[in-house]
Amino acid sequence: MSEPAPALGGARAEGYVTVAELPPQGMIAVRGDLSEEGESLAQALADATGGELPDVRGMVQTGRVALAWMSPDEVLILCAYADAPELAGALDAALSGAHALVANVSDARAVFELSGARVREVIAKLAPVDVAAFGPGEMRRTRLAQIPAAIWMPEEGRLRLMCFRSVARYAFDLLEKAADEGAEVGWP
Amino acid sequence: MSTRLATGGRLLDRSRRVSFTFDGKRLSGHPGDTLASALMGAGQLLMGRSFKYHRPRGPVASGAEEPNALVNLRDGDRHEPNQRATTTEVFEGLTATSQNHWPSLDFDVGQVNAALARFLPAGFYYKTFIHPRPLWKHLYEPVIRRSAGLGKAPDPETRDPDRYEHLYAFVDVLIVGGGTAGLAAARAAGRAGARVLLIEQTPHWGGRAPVDGGEIDGQPADDWVAATVAELEAMENVTLRARTMGAGVYDHGYVLAYERAGDHLAAPAGPRHRLWRIRAERIVTATGALERPLAFAGNDVPGVMLASAVRDYVVNWAVSPGDRTVVVTNNDDAYRTALCLKAAGLDVPAVIDARPEGGGRLMDEARAAGIRVETGRGVAKVKGGKRVEAVYTCPQVGEGATVQEIKCDAVAVSGGWSPVVHLWSHTGGKLVWDAAEAFFRPDPDRAPLGDDGAANVIAAGAANGALGPGEILADAHAAGARAAEETGHAPKSDAAPSGDARDEAPLAPVWLMPQGASVKLRQKAWLDFQNDVKVSDVELAAREGYESVEHAKRYTTLGMATDQGKLSNINGLAVLAQALGEEIPQVGTTTFRPPYTPISMGAIAGPATGATFQPVRRTPMHDWHAAHGADWEPVGQWRRPYTYRREGESRADAVNREVKNAREALGMLDASTLGKILVKGPDAPRFMDMLYTNMMSTLKPGRCRYGLMCSENGFLMDDGVVARLDEETFLCHTTTGGADHVHAHMEEWLQTEWWDWKVWTLNVTEQWGQIAVVGPNARKVLEKLGGLDVSKEALSFMGWTEGTLAGFSVRVFRISFSGELSYEIAVPANHARALWEAIFEAGQEFGVMPYGTECLHVLRAEKGFIMIGDETDGTVIPQDLGLDWAISKKKDDYIGKRAQQRSHMADPERWKLVGLETLDGSVLPEAAYATAPGTNANGQRNTQGRVTSTYHSATLGRGIAMGLVHRGPERMGEVLEFPKVDGTVVKAKIVAPVFYDREGTKQDV
Repeated sequence: MSEPAPALGGARAEGYVTVAELPPQGMIAVRGDLSEEGESLAQALADATGGELPDVRGMVQTGRVALAWMSPDEVLILCAYADAPELAGALDAALSGAHALVANVSDARAVFELSGARVREVIAKLAPVDVAAFGPGEMRRTRLAQIPAAIWMPEEGRLRLMCFRSVARYAFDLLEKAADEGAEVGWP
Repeated sequence: MSTRLATGGRLLDRSRRVSFTFDGKRLSGHPGDTLASALMGAGQLLMGRSFKYHRPRGPVASGAEEPNALVNLRDGDRHEPNQRATTTEVFEGLTATSQNHWPSLDFDVGQVNAALARFLPAGFYYKTFIHPRPLWKHLYEPVIRRSAGLGKAPDPETRDPDRYEHLYAFVDVLIVGGGTAGLAAARAAGRAGARVLLIEQTPHWGGRAPVDGGEIDGQPADDWVAATVAELEAMENVTLRARTMGAGVYDHGYVLAYERAGDHLAAPAGPRHRLWRIRAERIVTATGALERPLAFAGNDVPGVMLASAVRDYVVNWAVSPGDRTVVVTNNDDAYRTALCLKAAGLDVPAVIDARPEGGGRLMDEARAAGIRVETGRGVAKVKGGKRVEAVYTCPQVGEGATVQEIKCDAVAVSGGWSPVVHLWSHTGGKLVWDAAEAFFRPDPDRAPLGDDGAANVIAAGAANGALGPGEILADAHAAGARAAEETGHAPKSDAAPSGDARDEAPLAPVWLMPQGASVKLRQKAWLDFQNDVKVSDVELAAREGYESVEHAKRYTTLGMATDQGKLSNINGLAVLAQALGEEIPQVGTTTFRPPYTPISMGAIAGPATGATFQPVRRTPMHDWHAAHGADWEPVGQWRRPYTYRREGESRADAVNREVKNAREALGMLDASTLGKILVKGPDAPRFMDMLYTNMMSTLKPGRCRYGLMCSENGFLMDDGVVARLDEETFLCHTTTGGADHVHAHMEEWLQTEWWDWKVWTLNVTEQWGQIAVVGPNARKVLEKLGGLDVSKEALSFMGWTEGTLAGFSVRVFRISFSGELSYEIAVPANHARALWEAIFEAGQEFGVMPYGTECLHVLRAEKGFIMIGDETDGTVIPQDLGLDWAISKKKDDYIGKRAQQRSHMADPERWKLVGLETLDGSVLPEAAYATAPGTNANGQRNTQGRVTSTYHSATLGRGIAMGLVHRGPERMGEVLEFPKVDGTVVKAKIVAPVFYDREGTKQDV
């Protein structure tokens, strides 16, 4: 196989916040009943990934794997791009007894990292999110201007944003404009 | 003449000058000036012409309520009409031109309208220009357009170079208005710990308190304002934003605020405007009050201004509107203007007070300062054209018999104050009439409600009807504390800032001066300056039966101008009430709608301009296509190559080349845009049987089947190839535009109807790049790439397999939308371009060429394959298209089945799909109709069919088409007539829709 090529070839913009496209990120979508009745599924998922199941809108990083809550019946597993096919296969096998759908979707999205003191402000220009109340440990599915997107913060000063691969250019152009020098607001 | 005073100007930096131009004339002002104050300081009081009569006009106000001083601002790409001079900050190099005149501001031909004024009353064009009808379009409308209207529209060829953005903000308490009330409210809420956003439309804090004087907490107002702003700025939980207007309040605490971040700069470094999209738990409207003018003859002559504005110009900008100013009032507040002018060394010949007993303490102060006060008097008329020359005074109770002529060059008027209740009213807050003050103020018992049913807007200070400085501060402090408490914060027990209590004599409501003014005077007494509506117009509307205030507004255009009646509203409805013999509260107000003052289209668009106007979806191969001559077409939000043009080639030539090459050698198509949805679970087979008209549950793993999907009403909605991945899993391909709504359709049925079925779906469209390898050489190139057995035996037609092709992990579907030997190869998107290039390179020896969507269309049309959106339009069922073979007769049900059994759906008279072959070989026009004998009830030709797809077939060298024809399949060989737009007729024969390789041998090799 060729080297995996991210949508924009690692585009980067330096404004008052830096916006950089990250190399491909491993992502596995799991749909299943994560409510209490389906606790066995949740347990199987945690065991197979070695990760911890997040609460509503949460995200838990455990070692090389992070589990993010996407909806009451969907979890997204983040891992190294190269690990995804194998992990997806292992998960599929582990969940074979349960009613679940596992799919490697590592190529479906583009991921950007925003870094700087005012990453929240840049997001506030584009997404209807209370960024003051948002922080590490959360996966927030939202809208970036006219496209669906999701954001999370690995730590203060760093924010990651994912969107579908086909609209990576649109997302990057928006973020670059919002983070441009001179467009600082001082919010929140 | 207006002029700059030698000293003063609290907002000016008099050590520096800025130069600007007005109508090409070079003028100068100081930093801190508005365009209006700078123009007046330079002696230019005449700033525009009125809308209808082209009357000369100067500023009336000093802020957002200004109706007259509208200018064309800047030029070229940054040109903007109808900008208020009173809210435009001057900057070095500003250019402004006056509006609505020809040939010049000083001499205007259009003023002939004014001479005709008695023939142009309210509703004149409704009455005058109705007959004969054609003249409206060709004569009346163009003439009226030229003579009426305000600013100059921007040149359509210019492009706004500035940037705009949005900002989403979530706060506990939003406070609109940065006067003393807003500051006091913010202080109370901020000290309680609430998250507070305080916005102010002007660049300055403190509102008009510093102009009106007095002390707050024992300090001069200016000092208290500075100290409070400093305190608020130091609070982490408080954000202050000047130059930001509260534009509108919407449901559930949603507020739009309009920040003019760069309007005071020649070229802003950042965004020019920012639209704040705020969610606030509580909204405090500390929006102050607006002074009302008085209606008397000639009250629109330049030099007649609001008394408070006159004070503002003197104190804030050291500008005197005139040397001799007569003050006309019905209340005490205007005496402040008389005293202020006197203190500035200017002459005040008289105060004309309509009240028989005059005023209180302030009147006494004025008299003590040597100002003559005439009580019980009104103004019969103002003398002057482009400038006030004198006023004629008269008894207020009379009909206008002149008592005295007083020479003057300015008139300061005050008809009392009206709280700014706009934001309170936007989401339904009700008003109550305060007879003592003669204004509407917010009714606290009928406040706007939030999502929890609790009042979520709190009016504070003058906006709440409190007019004394002390009363304002107390009310606003309480409002801020209440807002904090209601958002879960404990207010501190601090006292409200203290200020002077109101000490004024009651006002007398005066809606017309003099009370019994003759018709002639009423025809010159303006209510709405911007739209030229006079007392006589509103009275006429009442006489003609426009009793509702909303009807009278629209008939007279009162309050419909860009100032939305900020000055004219109350006066107008008071005149209407009088004419109707009703009380003012019975007449009521018109509806207050956002925005408070106009906001720019750029701010509304925000980032949706240029490259980010709309999201454009790109496949992994997008850049390769661009580099290889792609001529793009939009398909949904995707961009797909329509064709790849070579040097010197026309679009049509390129398509023909691609078609022939795919049929004779090897074509490649980027099919990544097709929707791909996984459906998995023990109940997936029966779910698939419900979704598709075909029997999908019998499909074997490893095989593919073409399927049709209908809406609940039976209409064909989407189509595509389904691959069964394993016993429990299906992969559904959808059309390019259909992926999202098909996925939503699946989820809707699963979540609302079949919630107990064990099925999961996942839209994996973006995970895969998909490459169609098409043509007689397709197998050869894949064999050359190696790694996968793609022989007929190993991978037969309508089968799929997965494995490694040229080192890439792929899934290969042997399906064909072209009628040729064809493989569709799915590869993870991050590798798709690399595989595409590998196939392209390997295919060189086999004559490979990429082809675009138009070639795809021709290939499928030659084969009689339908296309969703061409053969279907939301009214077509599969049976219309001869697709009965894809409708299972064995299933009890599928979505759309029952609908298709309705009598109209099963009617043999329906139009059905056939092929159409022109007798002359030409290409039928798109969407052409086949005519039938006779005409319908509307006198139109009857029709019996229409073209759904039409192309030039490069393979057959002639035009081919498909169409829906009345009982079409029963009429093979008949010739239909298709009229063209040029009046000629094309004849076409009804044939089978499959034009090429009817047996299907070429795809199955």
